[in-house]
Order: sequence, then C-alpha cells, then structure tokens
Amino acid sequence: MTSPDKETAGGNAVEISGLHKSFGTNEVLRGIDFHVAAGEVVCVIGPSGSGKSTLLRCVNLLEEPSAGTIRVVGADVTDREVDIDAVRRRIGMVFQSFNLFPHLTALGNVMIAQRKVLKRDKAEAERVARENLERVGLADKVSSYPAQLSGGQQQRVAIARALAMGPEVMLFDEPTSALDPELVGDVLGVMRGLAETGMTMLVVTHEMSFAQEVADRVVFMDGGVVVEEGPPARVIGDPAHERTRTFLSRVLDPAAARVGEGE
Amino acid sequence: MTAEPIGTAASGGMSRRRRRQLSLGGQYGLFVVVLVVVVALADWGTLRLNFANWEVAKSLFPDIITIGLRNTAVYTAVGFGIGLGGGLIVALMRLSSVPPYRWFATGYIEIFRGLPLLLIFIFVGVGVPLAFPGTNIPGGAAGQAGLALGLAATAYMAETIRAGIEAVPKGQLEAARSLGMSHGRAMRSIIIPQAFRIIIPPLTNELVLLCKDSSLVLFLGITLEQRELTKFGRDLAGEQGNTTPIIVAGICYLLITIPLSLLARRLEARQRRGQR
Ligand SMILES: Nc1ncnc2c1ncn2[C@@H]1O[C@H](COP(=O)(O)OP(=O)(O)OP(=O)(O)O)[C@@H](O)[C@H]1O
Ligand SMILES: [Mg+2]
Repeated sequence: MTSPDKETAGGNAVEISGLHKSFGTNEVLRGIDFHVAAGEVVCVIGPSGSGKSTLLRCVNLLEEPSAGTIRVVGADVTDREVDIDAVRRRIGMVFQSFNLFPHLTALGNVMIAQRKVLKRDKAEAERVARENLERVGLADKVSSYPAQLSGGQQQRVAIARALAMGPEVMLFDEPTSALDPELVGDVLGVMRGLAETGMTMLVVTHEMSFAQEVADRVVFMDGGVVVEEGPPARVIGDPAHERTRTFLSRVLDPAAARVGEGE
Repeated sequence: MTAEPIGTAASGGMSRRRRRQLSLGGQYGLFVVVLVVVVALADWGTLRLNFANWEVAKSLFPDIITIGLRNTAVYTAVGFGIGLGGGLIVALMRLSSVPPYRWFATGYIEIFRGLPLLLIFIFVGVGVPLAFPGTNIPGGAAGQAGLALGLAATAYMAETIRAGIEAVPKGQLEAARSLGMSHGRAMRSIIIPQAFRIIIPPLTNELVLLCKDSSLVLFLGITLEQRELTKFGRDLAGEQGNTTPIIVAGICYLLITIPLSLLARRLEARQRRGQR
C-alpha cells in the first residue's frame, strides 16, 4: 500500500552528514553521520539524554540543526529555500506522548491533515482514514475522542494519522515508552506489520526485543555521537564497545540499572 | 485547632460534633436577630411605595423589555463581537515573532486595561467626532457603545485568549507541523479551537462584565429609542418620582447575568472534571 517512492527506492531515504545541534552552550549532537536506505528499518538506541529525540526531530526540522546537512526523500531539509511543509508531508512522525488532537474524534484526527494539507475531498479523506484506522485495528473506535481511548489505542490512532498522509519515511520517538506494559504489544504489532510492507522506518526505542526482531540495523548513540551501528544480532548480541555493553546490561536487566544509577 | 486526642473528645467536656452544632446555631441565631431588627426598623409602607410599586412596575412594560433590555443586549453583543475579533488579533500579535507587532499589542493591552471604561466611552462619544470631524461611527449609539465596550474588551480578551493559546500543549503544534501544516493552518485548525474551549468560562465572565458596563452608554448622547436598561430605569424613576423602575431594571440585569454566571461556573466545573 505504502511502498517506498520509486525515485528513492534503492537509494537512501534519509542521509545525515556532519550533524551538530546545540541548545545554547549545550552541544547535544556532536557530528552525526548515518543514513537509512529506502525500505530499511533502523532502530536507534542509547541512554537518556544521548540526543536520540533531538536527532529524530532534526530529520523533519522540528529542531533546526546547528550545522551539517540532512537529506530526506531527496530534499535537503537544511536548505533554507526548501518548502519544509511539503517535505514534512512525506515524513510521518509518531511521538512518545501521542499528541492526538483532543478536540477531534479518531476519524477527525486522521482526516484533518488530509483535508487541510493534501486538500482531499471529504469522502476520499474519510475513506483513507477508515482504511488506516482499520489497519491499526481500531475500526470500531472511529468516533471516539482521544480521552475515551487507552494509551495504546491513542498511539495507534497517531500511527494511522501519519500513515494517512502516504509518507515515504516514518519516524518513531519511543512510541511505547508512555504505555502500560500490557498495551505495548499492540503498538509494536502494528509497527511490525508496517515494517513488513516495506516502509522505511527510523525508530527510537528501548524495546530491545523489537529491535532484534524487526530492525535491519541498530544504531547505538551516546553523548551525541553514534558509537556503533550494525545488524541487531551484532550490536545487541555482541557489542564491540564497552559503552554499548554497559547500556545494554542496564536495559536488559532493570535491577542492574537501578544499582547502576545509584537509586 | 483542637490539639486534644480524639479519644478524649467524647468523654471530657463537649464532643467536637456538639461544639460544631453550637457554633452553627450561633451563626443562624445572629442572622435571624439582624433580620428581625432590620425588618422592625424599616418603614415598610414607604419602602413598598417607593421600591416595589406595583402600578409603576406595570407601567414600565413592555418598553423596559422592548427598548431597555433589547438595547442592553445589542450593545453587549456588539461589544463582545468586537472584543472577540479584536482580542484574537491582538493576542496573535502579542505572540508574534515580529517585534513591532508584539510592542503594539503590549502597548494596546496596557493602555486599554489601565483606563477607566468611562473615559473610553467619553473618548468615543466626544473625542472621536471632535478629532475626526465628519466621521460617523456606523450604527449610531449601538456602534459607539459597541466600539467603546469593544476597545476595552479587546484588551481583556487578548490576554485571556493568549493565555488559552499558551495553555495548549506544545506537542499539539509539533504534531500539526509534522503533518505538513503551515504555522497559520496549525493555529487555525488545531491550536485556536482548543484555546477557545479552554477559555469559554472566562469569556462568559467577560460577557457578564460587558453586560453591566454597557450601562455607561448613559454618558453618550442617545435618543429615547436607544436607551438601555440603566438609562431607561433612571429616566422613568425621575419622571415618576419613584424608585421602582430602577429595581425593575436591576432585576432585568440579573435575569441576564445570573444565568450566564451559573453557566460559566458549570462550564468551569465540567472542564475541571476533564470532560469534553
Ligand atoms: N528544546 C530544548 N532546549 C534545551 N535543551 C534541550 C532541548 N531538547 C533537548 N535538550 C537537551 O538535549 C539533551 C538530549 O535530549 P534528547 O531529548 O535528544 O535525549 P534522548 O536521547 O531522546 O533522551 P530520552 O531517552 O530521555 O528521551 C538533553 O540534555 C536535553 O536536556
Ligand atoms: Mg527522547
């Protein structure tokens, strides 16, 4: 349904080079280079504060990079001349805190950008919205407001909302971190299904088993740089760097994490 | 207050409950005594003739409704409309990234919130025709009163609307922008609708204030047909040498303002419960 754009197929959907980002004097990203090939699923892991969210937010220019270039689906988003709204239409983003529009129903959430941005007519927008809500398993919740939905359901509406725009790349920023444990599986299931359709995905996550199963490549970040990257079996199963090993031992064994943080 | 252990309350002296009852009883007693004294001292015959004269009251209808109440409603509505539109514009200027817009908005808000409303009425009624000879504020008295009320309401509502916009979580704008909406589109379709839901209670209170403040139209030169409740009541009280018209006018105000206040309070309570 949402196969990668033919122009970029085989090429890179996201290309980041020499990316720096500072907030005031706090340098959060210190020279990032990496790419996501079309159709690839890349998971970004790393400790809190390592700059994962900032990296993701630079890709669709929610944060303005301090230096470096980022090309997404063939457009240089760091170029001041670029029509960023046009590029963002082709990049879906899913937030940790869902950010559904509370004054609209699930259907309204999925329809509004189709109507206002893509200028689809009402019938077409509604058809696409229903199709995508069904795809995330929420066909029976179309007329519910976000406040009436569980966290897992809200996050799936948010995914449907992004997919309805027909994006070529999907960005996920810890999509399951705000969820009760029993709701995580539904959201990961939807994401797994999406990966199987060949969607290009860049996913920040703490779900190591998801990364191991679904990712084509895992990127480990720490202190604003990419420490190592590679196939999940290698980065998670047999990390080359001490920092990666320390991080993994904490996330894979929560008890060790608590000791490690000295709480 | 009472530091004694709970166990002693029942055994030693008065229980806490008994003391509460006594205190409450005392308060009711005082209330009744004051009421009785006031009732005994008042000259009920004169009072009734002057404040609740049934014949005078009847003679006010239907004009007090068809002229007085109607004009009050019209002036209030025009003022509210101008205030809402102007307030939205000034609020957006206040939040703009263009410094001169922000300066203008801040200046406007400070000036019009700092002036007595009466001065604004006089300014609109006297100053504008003097300063711009030949200009006619459209709509006659309704236009003038609405403009004066609207100028002040714009300043108050701008602050309310700005607070409402700022109360919408930042993630809402980010979600809208990440879907490819322009800043303006995101404001119109996502942020402002939510801001208005948040500020409906304070806006309702603003409507109540405007309704009362519309009485200042009294200081503009208006025709008999343009009188609103206060002027209507005062004129008839003068003509008839009786206070009843003022009482009736007051009741008419309360007929508008009390339901609105109740509505505002209910909306507020509902919002606090987090319903939609
Ligand atoms: N808007 C901002 N202004 C100032 N500092 C910021 C801002 N956003 C992020 N930071 C800082 O940048 C650093 C990296 O933040 P970021 O959110 O990218 O980390 P993260 O890897 O996503 O962490 P987490 O796993 O906790 O989400 C942090 O030290 C944070 O304080
Ligand atoms: Mg983060």
